[in-house]
Amino acid sequence: MARPLPWLAPAVVAGGLVPVVELAGRAVAGGLGADPVAFLLNRLGLLALVFLVAGLCCTPLRLLFEVTWPARLTRALGLLGFGYAAAHVGFYLAVDQGLDLAATWKDVTERPFITAGAAAFLLLLPLAWTSTGGWVRRLGHGRWKGLHRLAYAAAALGVLHFYLRVKKDVTEPLAYGLVLLTALSLRVVDWDLRRRRRARAGV
Amino acid sequence: MPKLPREPPAADITPEPLWLRRREFLKNAGAFTATAVGVGTGLALLGNRGLPRGPGAVAAATPSVAPDAGRLELAPAPATASTGFTTEEPKTPYEDVTTYNNFYEFGLDKADPARNSGLFTPRPWTVTIDGECNRPRTVDLDTLLEWAPPEERVYRMRCVEAWSMVIPWMGIPLAAVLKRAEPNSRAKYVAFFTVMRPEQMPGQRRPVLDWPYVEGLRIDEAMHPLTLLAHGLYGKPLLNQNGAPLRLVVPWKYGFKGIKSIVRISFTERQPPTSWNAAAPEEYGFFANVNPSLDHPRWSQASERRIGEFLRRKTLPFNGYAEQVASLYNGMDLRRSF
Repeated sequence: MARPLPWLAPAVVAGGLVPVVELAGRAVAGGLGADPVAFLLNRLGLLALVFLVAGLCCTPLRLLFEVTWPARLTRALGLLGFGYAAAHVGFYLAVDQGLDLAATWKDVTERPFITAGAAAFLLLLPLAWTSTGGWVRRLGHGRWKGLHRLAYAAAALGVLHFYLRVKKDVTEPLAYGLVLLTALSLRVVDWDLRRRRRARAGV
Repeated sequence: MPKLPREPPAADITPEPLWLRRREFLKNAGAFTATAVGVGTGLALLGNRGLPRGPGAVAAATPSVAPDAGRLELAPAPATASTGFTTEEPKTPYEDVTTYNNFYEFGLDKADPARNSGLFTPRPWTVTIDGECNRPRTVDLDTLLEWAPPEERVYRMRCVEAWSMVIPWMGIPLAAVLKRAEPNSRAKYVAFFTVMRPEQMPGQRRPVLDWPYVEGLRIDEAMHPLTLLAHGLYGKPLLNQNGAPLRLVVPWKYGFKGIKSIVRISFTERQPPTSWNAAAPEEYGFFANVNPSLDHPRWSQASERRIGEFLRRKTLPFNGYAEQVASLYNGMDLRRSF
């Protein structure tokens, strides 16, 4: 047997692209509600956040349950998150702002919630660009890993972006924030345990 | 003895490892499909709030008992441009007006009011008018609605969230109701209260706002001819999700000033505390006049999306009613009194 669970990542990608088909179908059938622009923006943004946070849960799950399969999903989840984020940003620029770059610049610089979202997306660009195995070799595993820790910052900014734009009930953004915080805490605890173990071993 | 079929040549027999991989392939295909369907379904469940349940949603939420069901009788409106009582702009479709709005008593999502208001009973209904006036009273809604001939007013509605609609309301001028109660000289403000019915209004079971919802106007704003007490839209009685049986419409202010399902109107000497202002005073002012040059702290108010249109349009000062109402605010700093 070559690779274990060869179907896993392709299945998650296929499932993860179901919303694209669904949204396209709804758009054609006029099933996007009274404010389709807002609906699509919100859906694409939410999908981006879901996949980014899910991607960041892979390593903590692996550590917590001592299973290796989540590690096979990290890249697929991260790239799905980036894809939906790119669609979200593209839709915001092209339709919501009508490609009015002056208005967009004002939005980005004056609205903290847009600033946070824009920063999150900019952080994702180098991560998506260097997501291939080739780039892991080119940068060296240590540096590549260091760079890709930026994903936590991007997801945190994504949560902040969501939190700041909600009018009143912040339960949902807080839920994503809590998952993200738990994932990050597990990483920190793991890092600390390994550090102590190394110290005891006198390395 | 029947002849056995000849054994196929050895080269045609599937090698055992490959035959085993066929089973593996089937297993993997099954796992692939199950996982993909699971992920896809999960994502669909996660995101499909925010949409009406389909064309039946409006009909299902229509109150079953509406004594004045059918078309409402109307007096012809003195519809000249300078009154602001009507507009030539295309009206927002009935389906959108009745499935996409904020009414936190029925939930936070804009599709929630249409979904969750089916149990609300808008009749029988009384309204209490009290406070600084000579003739306080509690009046049956049908009596109150006879105090002035009903009119149709086609108003722009600008939500503080930067979307807008054009809605043909039916109602009577608020001034006609207020004058009946004979406000005294201490009546500087008017406060409005939404009914408190947590058993019929699921949103009131959660402390999202300090229930019941309260709104207020300065007395001159309340007496202005544009200010309407609406009991219908598109020629039909208000549906529960739109604030049945009686709601306020103040077209030059952000939509949250238009308090719904009103049970009490009270004249006060001091500015009454109002729900959104109390919840976030730096974001939602008491006056809440539509003002494109004064942004909400978190988003721009310079433009809006008209429901049914794709691109944003510029927001007008006082929502396009400056000619009628700007003089109410002469000498006021609208950046501070927002």
